[in-house]
Amino acid sequence: MSTTAFLTDATLCIGCKACEVACKEWNDVPADGFQWSGLSYDNTEALGASTWRHVMFLEQPVVAGPQIAETNTPFRWTFLSDVCKHCANSGCLEGCPTGSIVRTELGGIYVQPDVCNGCGYCVVSCPFGVIDKRPTDGRAFKCTFCYDRQKVGLKPACATACPTTSIQFGLLSELAPRAEARVVELKERGYTDAQVYNPTGTTVGGINAISVILGEPENYNLPPAPEVPTAYLKSAWTSALISATVLFGAICAAFALQ
Amino acid sequence: MSKISEQRLEEIKQLASEGKLASHPTAGITAHPQIQGRDPYYGLPALKPPVWTWEVPLYFFIGGISGVSACIAFAAQIFGADPALIRLLVWVGFVGALVCPALLIADLGRPARFLNMMRVFKWRSAMSMGAWILVAFSGAIATALAAVELPRWGFDGGLVTALRWLGGIGSTVTGLLLASYTAVLIGATAIPVWFKNRVVLPIHFLCSGLGSAAGICELAGFLIPATHLLGFFASGVETLLEAWFLLRRTKVNAPMHHGGLGVAFLISGMLEGPASLLLRIFLGATPAGRWAAALSFMTGALISRFCWIRAGKVSALDSRGQFEMQRRGEAVP
Repeated sequence: MSTTAFLTDATLCIGCKACEVACKEWNDVPADGFQWSGLSYDNTEALGASTWRHVMFLEQPVVAGPQIAETNTPFRWTFLSDVCKHCANSGCLEGCPTGSIVRTELGGIYVQPDVCNGCGYCVVSCPFGVIDKRPTDGRAFKCTFCYDRQKVGLKPACATACPTTSIQFGLLSELAPRAEARVVELKERGYTDAQVYNPTGTTVGGINAISVILGEPENYNLPPAPEVPTAYLKSAWTSALISATVLFGAICAAFALQ
Repeated sequence: MSKISEQRLEEIKQLASEGKLASHPTAGITAHPQIQGRDPYYGLPALKPPVWTWEVPLYFFIGGISGVSACIAFAAQIFGADPALIRLLVWVGFVGALVCPALLIADLGRPARFLNMMRVFKWRSAMSMGAWILVAFSGAIATALAAVELPRWGFDGGLVTALRWLGGIGSTVTGLLLASYTAVLIGATAIPVWFKNRVVLPIHFLCSGLGSAAGICELAGFLIPATHLLGFFASGVETLLEAWFLLRRTKVNAPMHHGGLGVAFLISGMLEGPASLLLRIFLGATPAGRWAAALSFMTGALISRFCWIRAGKVSALDSRGQFEMQRRGEAVP
């Protein structure tokens, strides 16, 4: 538990998108189109090959809980900066056939762009829908956890640019208890639906980018109980091997009967 | 510059002066989508759809035929069947082993880097295992082909017999893996419709390969009892599978039942299953009947591969269904 991690706090996010901009500029990520989504102030919509931080703008009914700030909008406005989860058991890493995707010594999941051959298997192996193939390039891309910056002792670009400490960077062993304490504090202040998002109870086995959220994980398109697909390889291979054996038996029988 | 637009501009000006246009944040906001309960984020997908294009389902189809052909060739060899049949099957396997890598390389985002697949051997990656299975199969089927062709050029003896057994056993094992791993490949992913069918898919893919390989033999003129029996077996199992897919109208299987894709699924299942089976039962005594059964089966098998990839693309978009399954305690990525 000494790996580095993000703690992204939805109750501290002001939706400024500094993290999106900082990430794009530092990592030289290409533009990925400009269109109005009509979904609150979110015109980014989802993480992708060229979007490694994504600020969500949730418009929830006021009955969900008190407003974060004193506003008179007829809904509760909540923001969260989403990012690659850098899973403890990572679907993309396990699925990668080239060894391009590795876990760094700092605990992050890193795609080596000089190795990736664009097979696309990581795309369907990620239970969080994070990594994607960049059509203009052919290879798969996602958040690097600013491996280059961390190597020289700097915080990731998004955490550095965040003006409100909504994106906190540090050791997972320190951030996980901090998140729990923050939820206790929020509940005392009346935000009864505050919770930590960190799926430790499934085969994912926890993540290195935990969040404090208001409402349900689903509201943030965070799967409530994600699983690593590769944990279920055994049932599929067992079926394949038994079927193949039966098939060979049937083929032999066909020729024996002839 | 129509008259109506000028009127509309005046209208807007009037509304604005009366404070009826964007006067206050609370004024016009009624129809905004709000996220409540366990709604997904504005209903947007929470998974990324597969990026694979037409090469991959075609590879599934050809790889299945190629792998099972090698297996049938070996069984035919064991039971002393017509050498011409064995030769045809080994050639089908060999040509498939040439076409398959080409299709897979064409689908890569960086085709020039296809050799990177050989950098590592990863049990946990079905894609890595598949790449190695294809390499091993290519070697084994080339060996089997050598054992078939060498005697025709006057070379024979102990070495050729050794090659025949080595190639036969090798291409049978790797061929069966080649025809079935593709089902494991898509089954062990986060795509709900693939993941939930991961145990049934290997049976489906293997039987499709079997029926299609037997069909090629029949179309090539080998209207022997063995190919008829294999055709019966494959279309019989496919009929059962089609019934299973039709009757199991679970939410996760929705892409297989709705819209144009649902129709395509139905057609492919009917062609592979009942249509092919009935043609064999009622017209199996005539060559035309068996050719029709073979063609029906192969057409269904080919369409089915494309349907499965397409279903994955549809399934990835349904974040609500994915989350509801997880909330019900179903293990699903």
